[in-house]
Amino acid sequence: MPTFVYMTRCDGCGECVDICPSDIMHIDKKLRRAYNIEPNMCWECYSCVKACPHHAIDVRGYADFAPLGHSVRVIRDEEKGTIAWRIKFRNGKKDMELLAPITTKPWGSATPKLADVPAPSKEMRDSQLLFNEPKYIRMDEGGLHTLESNGLEIKKGVQY
Amino acid sequence: MFTSNLFAELSAVISPTIMQGYIVLMILLVMGGTILDMLHKKSAQYFFENAKKAQKSAKRAVGGGEKASIAASVLVNEVLTSGEFSNPKRRLSHLLTMWGTIIFIVTTAVMIFCYPTLETPTPALLPQLWHIGALMLAVGGYWFWFFIRVDVAAEGLTWFRFERADLFILSLLATSTFALIWSFTGGGLTIFFALFILSSTILFGGVYWSKFAHMFFKPAAAYQKKITRADGSRENLPPDYDLTDPEVQRKFPDIPMYMGKNPPNMGLCIKAERAKHY
Repeated sequence: MPTFVYMTRCDGCGECVDICPSDIMHIDKKLRRAYNIEPNMCWECYSCVKACPHHAIDVRGYADFAPLGHSVRVIRDEEKGTIAWRIKFRNGKKDMELLAPITTKPWGSATPKLADVPAPSKEMRDSQLLFNEPKYIRMDEGGLHTLESNGLEIKKGVQY
Repeated sequence: MFTSNLFAELSAVISPTIMQGYIVLMILLVMGGTILDMLHKKSAQYFFENAKKAQKSAKRAVGGGEKASIAASVLVNEVLTSGEFSNPKRRLSHLLTMWGTIIFIVTTAVMIFCYPTLETPTPALLPQLWHIGALMLAVGGYWFWFFIRVDVAAEGLTWFRFERADLFILSLLATSTFALIWSFTGGGLTIFFALFILSSTILFGGVYWSKFAHMFFKPAAAYQKKITRADGSRENLPPDYDLTDPEVQRKFPDIPMYMGKNPPNMGLCIKAERAKHY
């Protein structure tokens, strides 16, 4: 669901231009309001939805779950760590609210503290292994995990 | 220089009646331009249709007293102190420009109407306020034009690239700049006075093409936004959930399951630093 901007709510602050990882949020040169210049290149990360201080950016719901004329509005609340959705059909009778967690730990608390880790030795630097390998890819438990090593095999055909 | 009424000194060359007539003409041009702008953009029609639509999805009725308190809060927060700007630099620049413009225009009108000639001595405070207003307008305006304007700050465009949308800020800047130069060069009927009048005529006469009219529809939009928050329609936004509320936890069991019954404050995340990563 790519994002779009309500021009009447946007005040052209440029926060979405700054945050967009796909660099598709830009300021209209004549109207000085933000717009999504290439919706089909939208990653649907909703960073702009989250960054907009005026809730001027929304998402366009896919037609398979919300028919034309609907409204899909979203609030990503960083401090609460939740994402809240409200999907309303054009007749106003179907009005759905959803709320889900987006983090269970405070932001940044699970980031590795690299300053606390001892500096890598020359041998480690020359090795082809990356930081925390092989521990993180579990190769220290005896090589790569394969279907065979786990007693599994590929089933032929399409599996549902 | 800062304590003399330049318009009274000018009355020896230009009749005060002409100056007063010019002010009245400018007021009429602003009124006419605003009405044309409203008709062309259909902003009033959009506003009332939007308000009617919001009222349909209202969850509770907002009383007269509550409406009055919302109007008062819009006046204090949005109109007088430019509270809708979340960026403090934009807010400060807007405050300087807005209050500078008001002080500058009001003192000009008071000096021309109340103290039109040298026979009626002008209190020193009025010309001082006139200069302070023009200076505030110039400082806030140039700060905005060179550094804060979204084209320059967010889009990386050059400061000298301008569009019709810049008519308002450029004519404001030209008016204050030429007024100050006119004053510093001793007043009188000079080229700087002509430029001052030309830029102020463009400012007030160009309302239809510029964003001058925003001062009328922005407070109305801010009021409507606050009404939608009060009546529960919230412009179709999801409610502001209290995660510790047992009712919310019963409705959305994922919250207590993954976050606990009393979720902590998760921190500011992307709001921890200002948007400036270009």
